[in-house]
Amino acid sequence: MNKDVYVLGIETSCDETAASIVKNGTEIVSNVVASQIESHKRFGGVVPEIASRHHVEQITLVIEEALARAQMTPDELSAVAVTEGPGLVGALLVGVNAAKAFAFAHQLPLVGVHHIAGHIYANRLEQEMEFPLLALVISGGHTELIYMKEHGHFEVIGETRDDAAGEAYDKVARTLDLPYPGGPHIDRLAHASDNAIQFPRVWLEEGSYDFSFSGLKSAVLNYMHNAKQRGEDIKPEHIAAGFQNSVVEVVTTKALRAAEQYSVRQVIAAGGVAANRGLRTSLEAAFKEKSIPFFIPSLPLCTDNAAMIAAAGTVMFEKGIRGTMKMNGRPGMELSSWTK
Amino acid sequence: MIYLGIDTSNSPLAVALVKDEIVLIEETTNLKINHSLTAMPAVEEMMAKAKIAPADLTHIAVAEGPGSYTGVRIGMTIAKTLAWSLKIPLYMVSSLKVLAANGQGFNGLICPIMDARRGTAFVGAYDGASLAPIIPDQHSDLKEFLEQLKAQNKPVLFTGIDVSIHEQLIHDVMGDTAFFSAPQNRLPRAVNLIMLAKESEPVDVHQAIPEYRRITEAEANYIKAQEGQSHE
Ligand SMILES: [Zn+2]
Repeated sequence: MNKDVYVLGIETSCDETAASIVKNGTEIVSNVVASQIESHKRFGGVVPEIASRHHVEQITLVIEEALARAQMTPDELSAVAVTEGPGLVGALLVGVNAAKAFAFAHQLPLVGVHHIAGHIYANRLEQEMEFPLLALVISGGHTELIYMKEHGHFEVIGETRDDAAGEAYDKVARTLDLPYPGGPHIDRLAHASDNAIQFPRVWLEEGSYDFSFSGLKSAVLNYMHNAKQRGEDIKPEHIAAGFQNSVVEVVTTKALRAAEQYSVRQVIAAGGVAANRGLRTSLEAAFKEKSIPFFIPSLPLCTDNAAMIAAAGTVMFEKGIRGTMKMNGRPGMELSSWTK
Repeated sequence: MIYLGIDTSNSPLAVALVKDEIVLIEETTNLKINHSLTAMPAVEEMMAKAKIAPADLTHIAVAEGPGSYTGVRIGMTIAKTLAWSLKIPLYMVSSLKVLAANGQGFNGLICPIMDARRGTAFVGAYDGASLAPIIPDQHSDLKEFLEQLKAQNKPVLFTGIDVSIHEQLIHDVMGDTAFFSAPQNRLPRAVNLIMLAKESEPVDVHQAIPEYRRITEAEANYIKAQEGQSHE
């Protein structure tokens, strides 16, 4: 009989300090997230130095809580998985050094996980992955279409050339004077709106799966500027709806086209923006019409968490991938396949 | 009793193992290599060399800052995670005091200096014999701090690798009351950190955070903006 594999995951790439224990890469035993949103709100966004300071304050507490909730001791763990990159360098360093110290203290194997691989593997905690698959990763830092032939194989077929979708949401929200983080507010306003301003769709070259959102953001700013000059009153909900329609249409269309071209058996969405109601509804309808199985993890698994790092780390651990005490936070880490 | 000491608060990296009163191994490197990359390997290699397993450690001492924000965070994260994981006590010592210990025995005051750019520094003043703090650790305009030091009317020994950057200014303000530690005595030594830890009380591991001695720029700007508003 195979022994069960329990992996401790640690994630500190941005403004959540998180630790989790996952069984066999598919089952959450405990999942602890200490969010810093409240401390960054007054600055209108994540302040990297403050994020790093909070991580140091929280790191041992969240790991202890993850073990306590799992009612487990470190000697029952098979490995420690940590987000190695990408992310804020000072934030990553806290998780990486804590993971190294914990692994060293308990003489456990260490695995460094790519944050996006984590987001993708969050799905596996709710639904087994079927290959080949297409993953749409859409968050404050990422907008990517990734093709996977099998576990640990990643081929980025499309990515953003400027702002990530979540970044564009936050910037537009700021110009509409919505509180940080702005994405959910835009989603809510758009949902309640009876009208939508027509903003451009940015498709880039024929056949490209890349994204660009900075032009759309500028179009929104121009529109607001012109309306103000003409003395027209601006209806934030019409702007929110127009902006969201543009993002949703481009993302849905490209994801659908990629899914068909690559003949995937499954499409999964991941990342904080995947929780957006407008986007979710559009993607679900589009894939349903084409009878392509489509999944989005539940909200707490869409946003940053450590269960997803443990889930991805488990597969890497089973493939024999090991990190050393020389592991460093890698802010610009590229997603590469886990070759043996 | 086996003490592990770690100081990553500035560009030098200092680690040491002390068993009871015996220094087993001490390592100081000043190569400006990212501590995140080198600190844990240094600990691992040193312990392997001394044939000490993680579970053999009984105490951890860490330099708490001030210094480079990232630097002190790396040392603190490693130290608190090790202490918590191994369920052993954690001791925090001022990074400036660790430097001051290089000059212990000096007849006068000891002033460790860490450059903090734009004419400012992390500084403090310690009694040369007892290492008791005379002027608390702080982030100050260096010239103003030196004038404060001069008012103490005592010879002052300056130490720390950043002394060389400010030698002229120190001479100008302090005149012949200024003394300088020899270049080989300006690096932090983790054995001194451990010896100082032995004189202090352990801290709550979860609550252990660096002594940055300076708020972040974002907070400073925020406070300024709030003050501006309240005057309107
Ligand atoms: Zn993320």
